[in-house]
Formats: sequence, structure tokens, C-alpha cells
Amino acid sequence: MLSQDILVVGGGLAGLAAALASDPQLKVAVISKVHPLRSHSVAAQGGINAALGNSPDGQDDTWEKHAFDTIKGSDYLADQDIAELMCEKAISTIYELEHLGVPFSRFPGGVIAQRPFGGAGFPRTCYAADRTGLVILHTLFEQSVRRKVKFFNEWLVTKLAVKDGKCLGVVVYDLATGDIFPIKARAVIFATGGYGRVYLRTTNAFINHGSGIGIAYRAGVPLKDMEFVQFHPTSLYDTNILITEGARGEGGYLVNNKGKRFMEDYAPSAMELAPRDIVARAIQTEIEKGNGFEDQYVHLDLRHLEEKKIKKRLPGIREICINFAGIDPIDAPIPIQPAQHYSMGGIDVNAQCASVVEGFYAAGECACMSIHGANRLGGNSLLDTVVFGKTAGEEASHAVKGGKGSKDAERFLLDEALEVKKKIEEWGKKDSGEKVHRLLNRLKVIMSEKVDMFRNKKDLSAALDEISELRGDYGRVLISGKCLRYSQELVNIIEFDSMLDLAEVITLGALNREETRGSHFREDFQDRNDKDWLKHTLVTLKDGKPHINFKEVNITKYEPKARKY
Amino acid sequence: MEYVFRILRCDPMKDEHPYFQDFSYETEEKKSMLEALMDIRNEQDCTLAFRYSCREAICGSCGMVINGKFDLACRTMVDSLKSSVIVIEPLPNLEIQKDLAVDMEPFFEAVRRIEPYLFSEGKIPEKGHRIEDREMDKIFQYVNCILCGCCYSACPVVARDERCLGPAALAKLFRFVKDPRDKRPFSNWSRVNTETGLWGCDTVFKCNEVCPKDVRPADGIEALRRKLVVEKIKRIFRKER
Repeated sequence: MLSQDILVVGGGLAGLAAALASDPQLKVAVISKVHPLRSHSVAAQGGINAALGNSPDGQDDTWEKHAFDTIKGSDYLADQDIAELMCEKAISTIYELEHLGVPFSRFPGGVIAQRPFGGAGFPRTCYAADRTGLVILHTLFEQSVRRKVKFFNEWLVTKLAVKDGKCLGVVVYDLATGDIFPIKARAVIFATGGYGRVYLRTTNAFINHGSGIGIAYRAGVPLKDMEFVQFHPTSLYDTNILITEGARGEGGYLVNNKGKRFMEDYAPSAMELAPRDIVARAIQTEIEKGNGFEDQYVHLDLRHLEEKKIKKRLPGIREICINFAGIDPIDAPIPIQPAQHYSMGGIDVNAQCASVVEGFYAAGECACMSIHGANRLGGNSLLDTVVFGKTAGEEASHAVKGGKGSKDAERFLLDEALEVKKKIEEWGKKDSGEKVHRLLNRLKVIMSEKVDMFRNKKDLSAALDEISELRGDYGRVLISGKCLRYSQELVNIIEFDSMLDLAEVITLGALNREETRGSHFREDFQDRNDKDWLKHTLVTLKDGKPHINFKEVNITKYEPKARKY
Repeated sequence: MEYVFRILRCDPMKDEHPYFQDFSYETEEKKSMLEALMDIRNEQDCTLAFRYSCREAICGSCGMVINGKFDLACRTMVDSLKSSVIVIEPLPNLEIQKDLAVDMEPFFEAVRRIEPYLFSEGKIPEKGHRIEDREMDKIFQYVNCILCGCCYSACPVVARDERCLGPAALAKLFRFVKDPRDKRPFSNWSRVNTETGLWGCDTVFKCNEVCPKDVRPADGIEALRRKLVVEKIKRIFRKER
């Protein structure tokens, strides 16, 4: 049986950072369902935050101010000690990345350039034009080549093997061969990313099904704050490809069909650079009031930035606009609408990235350390992946070196794999039943119509019923293409199980939380309620059913106040 | 609009030779080739294999040959092809694993051979390396490479001799050699001073033509050749002195 000391699942930024930080004396491998460079991290555009104070307008910036902005942006749901930890580590992290080869854009004098971003008091976002995710992911991949990190690409993890509160390994589906088999590991780190594709409109890659989060939940690990789903204000109309916040950071305007910069009605001082939850809701409100175009979108106008600046700072989004919308932002405003973008919630882990299951860690978007609370600031997710991916690698190494292996692990793992195999055989035996892509589409419609940016009790309750009905239909799912090699259908069938769980937990959390905070807006409870709801939601699977618990928010020195921008 | 998608199919486990299979496809919406392929897979044949991820031309998964043109399926719009018959083939110069999914390993192996990482020396400088933006601009063209493999597949030199590094790897090497932070010794990068490296290139610029990200790898190859010659001459004079 294949056996590793540390098994990292996911080859995006958090996964590669974890692998690179793991002790080189240990046997470490990265499993990814795609080649690591195809991970969704590659699509990040605008930048990564750190209080370097390089901008002439940002010389007074400090990591404490970065932490304050992060906490205020989170609508005070962030655990303040963790947010502080990240912001303090941010500065050395950027210089480390730079030294590894990240080609950041520069200010005159040769220091790393920084641009303004939403909800930030100073220009704090370091960037490489608008392809920051691409350059950081490629750089960490290059370092993995240097360090000869072992990769198992196009292997999908289908199950986390947990026995008596201890993680023993995983079960995988190897796309190239169609085989199902277990891998023994002394520590498993999930860096599996987000679940954007449970929504119809999302900036996320097609592969972002979020099954990692679902697998952890199924293994008994609690999920935290899943009701907080970030909708990015500016996705390209129709395809929902991300148009970076950097476009507004560089000075872009949001304009409605009356030619008005409508953000003055919603965030008169921050305007277009208010946090994402506020801007996204403002755009949607304008569209619903009839102030949009074709009742679908508003304009992001960059024309006044002029050709030189657009080509220099925003070449990637210009290329996207030309390729996918047939417009050049130098000559025409960009049609944009909000779309699901990020999950603030995720696998509940502590400051060491450790979960309640011994030997099981998580980092990046799939994890919830409570840095981003109810709303993440732009530029903080890349930072989160690199800082805490590294922490996960270090902590797992430390634990593996101090601990000892489990007896009988192999037998248990083989049984777990056998169970997965049996399930797949059942799906394969059927001649008629439900096709998974139709189920997937139905789920997306439910989530987009009823668990979207504006929520209420009636819709959320209805969504829960419909999700449960969908689960019934999933029982009749079949594999229609009988070849299991490179079967995207099988990948989808396996992952859909998790997607149903995630949809349920998101909806349940949203229904339960009777207040409005950050990204979670309840039409029937429009105010933040610190007295009853300044706490994290924890959802744990027990006896096949979700159970809700709560956890205190850690407050260090920033007393919760009303958020004004 | 109705189309015929003529897709090259091959399952090396059972097919002796690849073959074309026709699928009829109808759509009134503006769709990318990738979306169309997904529709065909979902509705007509779930065994149809191809890779994809980001759908926005940044991850490099979905390179293929569409009506003779190398491109990413996600950024190729079906209606832009102006043809009711659309022929889709996997990237050449690489073994078919299944249908449109090819074995990218030889391509990545070529990239690994040039040691594709920054040779940065010493401690991390306080406040980072100082580099003017114009220096960064010189490598940005090459930094845009997404390693999709289109250039490698289209390269006639790689087709002739699979030991050749191919355009992407050489362009990437130039990206590092040109980076002011990179301290790789001449002895390292001059290893490409061979017929399967720098001098294998026929300069027919197929790579520049097919690159979906406008990286123009051949520019890098030519620049690296010039740099190599200049360095060699410098070394001769240094020795004489």
C-alpha cells in the first residue's frame, strides 16, 4: 500500500505552500485532481496584501492597521488573534515570495508596487499586473520542481479514512487508470479550495466543486461559518469570469444606466472601494431597481484610465474582455454583475491549521480559521493560502515527527476503499436512472434562487426541502458511460455527494442565523445583532444529520462597532 | 445553428488506431468550444475525455487542435469558426491517453530540464530586491506563459526529434536568465548550447503563431541565442587578458 508521512491534497497555492514547508526528511506527496498549475489559484488577479508601506500614500501603514481593516471588513466575525497573526506574517511572506522568484510589479526606486483595494486604509495590495495568482502559483510550482516534491496528478480523493478520532489516510480514484485504492498517511493536509460551482453564477473554475470540504464533513469534522458566501461585485456579464477589484483599485467607476456613480448612495466615502459585500449588494440593488442594463448588469468604466495604464496594469482583464465579451475596456465600459466568488466558511481548524481529528489539517479556502469572518477583503485570500499553507506543512511535520503510526491502519484503509468501490459498482450496474449533470444543474438553480445574496426564511426553508428532495434523486444516479478511465462523469457523481452536503450546511446556517452580517444578508433581519449572533456557527454531522453548535469569537483589542465606509 | 463535431477518439486500451466520430450539436447561444464539448459529453457520450478547469484561458488545460488551429477550447467561440463542421483533434507530438487528453509528461519533463526556478542567492534582502519596473517588464512577456503545451505540440522540431526541449522550456529559461535576481551560472544555462536545445530551433515561428497568450516563445529563443554568443565572446576576451 502506498504510504506517506504527509499527504497534501490539492495543488493550488495552499497545497504547494504546505508541501514546500514540510520537513524534507519526511515522505511528502501532493495529490491533485488536476495538474497543480491548473488549480484555481492561477486565476487570482488583483494581488496580495501586506503592510509594506511602499506606496507614497501608504507610508504610515502597519500590520496592525491591516489587521484592523481585515477585522472591520469581516463585520467583526474574524477571530482577531488569527487575523493579527496573518497580517503580521504578511510582510515577511511577501519578501520570501519575492526571493523565490515572484515577479511583482515595481514602484520607481525598485520596491514592490502596491495598489489600493476595497476596505483597506492604505494602498496595500502587492501585484504583478493583474496576474498575481498565475505568477505566485507558477513560482511555488517551480520551487516544488527544485525541491523534487512528489506529485500524484489527476487523482481524486473520495474519502478521508478516520478511525477513533485519528486520520489514517485517504481513498483515491485515479483518473488515468480508473482504479480505486487507499493511501496510508500519518498526516493529511486538505488544501482543496472552494465550492463555487454549487452556484449558477460563479467566478470559480469548473473544477471547484468543494468536495474536499464535504469529505471532511462526512468524516466528522465540523464546518464553520458556512453561511458566509462571498459574492464578487464585478464578474463579466454572462460568463461570470472575474474582473479584478484591482480595476476599481486603479480608479475604475461603477456606473448605472443613468450614468451615475451609484456607490455614492451606498458608501459615500469609500465609493467603489468599499468591501465586496457592500459593493455587490449595491450593484444587485441597482439592477433590481431598474437602474441596470437589460436588467442584468451595470457598467465598470475604465475608459478614463486610458490606454497606457490599462495595458500596463490590467492587461489580463483587457484580454478577458476582448476574448469573452468582444469589448475592449479602453473604448467601452465593461458589463458586470455580482457572482459567487469565495467561501469564508470551511473546515474548522485552529491557528495550527489542525482540526479535531488527529493528523488532519486544512489550509486555504477550504479551511475556516476565522480570518475573514463574515466578509473577506480582496487581496487577503492569496495571503491566507501562502501564510497558512506554510503553517499547515510545518505543524503537520512537527506532529508526524513526534507521533507514532497506527496499527491495523492498512486493513481499515482497505475496507474503506472497498466501500467506495462497491458504491461505484452500483452506479455502474444501473441501466436507467438520474444523470449527474442534470442533478448538478438543479442544485445550482436552488442555490442561486434561494440562497443567494439576499436571503429570507421562506426561501431558505424551501431550499432545504428541495435539497433533500435532490438527495433522494441522487440515490438513483447512474454512470452512463461505462468506461471508468478519465471519467469526468464519475468525478462529478462522487463530488456531487459532497455538494449536496455543502448546500445543506450553507442553507441551514443561513436559515439559523437571524441577523445580517457581512455577506449574509437577511431581508427579514436586516441588522447586525452582536448580542445574540457575535459567534461562529459550527455544523457537525452526527448520525447522518447536521447538528448546529456555536463558538465564541476571539476578540483582542478591536471592539465591534458599526461598519461605515 | 447546427454543427457537426468531428472528434478524434481513441482509447489506447482497446483501439488500435484513433478514429473520428461525428456528433451533431445544436445551439442558439454563444458558446465556447469547451462548453460545447461539455454539452456533447453530458448529453451524448459520457466517456468523451478532455481536460479543463478555469474556462478563462489562464490554467492551460484545454489546448487542442480545432479545425487545424492550435488553441484553448475555452477561449474559442463556436460561432467564430464560421464552419458547420468542426474537426477537433488532441495536441500532436504527445501520446493520446484518452480522446483529447494527451500525456503532457514529456512537455513538463522538458521544462524541468532547464531547471525552471529562480537561482536566488543568500538571505532574503530586507525590504526585498530592488528592481526597476522596466526590468520586470522585459520578462513579463514570458511570465505570461501558462504552460498549455500548444507551442510544444505545434513545433516541427519537436515532431522531428522528441529529445528537443521545445519552445516553452527555452522561453522559460530566458525568463530566468533575464531576471536581474537570477544568479544561475553561465555553465548552467549554456547547457542548452546544443542541437536539441537552442540551436534545434528552425525559426519557423510556429510557436509564436499558435501561442494563445501571445508569449512569442521564439523571441525568447532568439534573444537567448544572442546572449549566449555575446557571453562566449566575452569569455574569450577575458581569457586572453
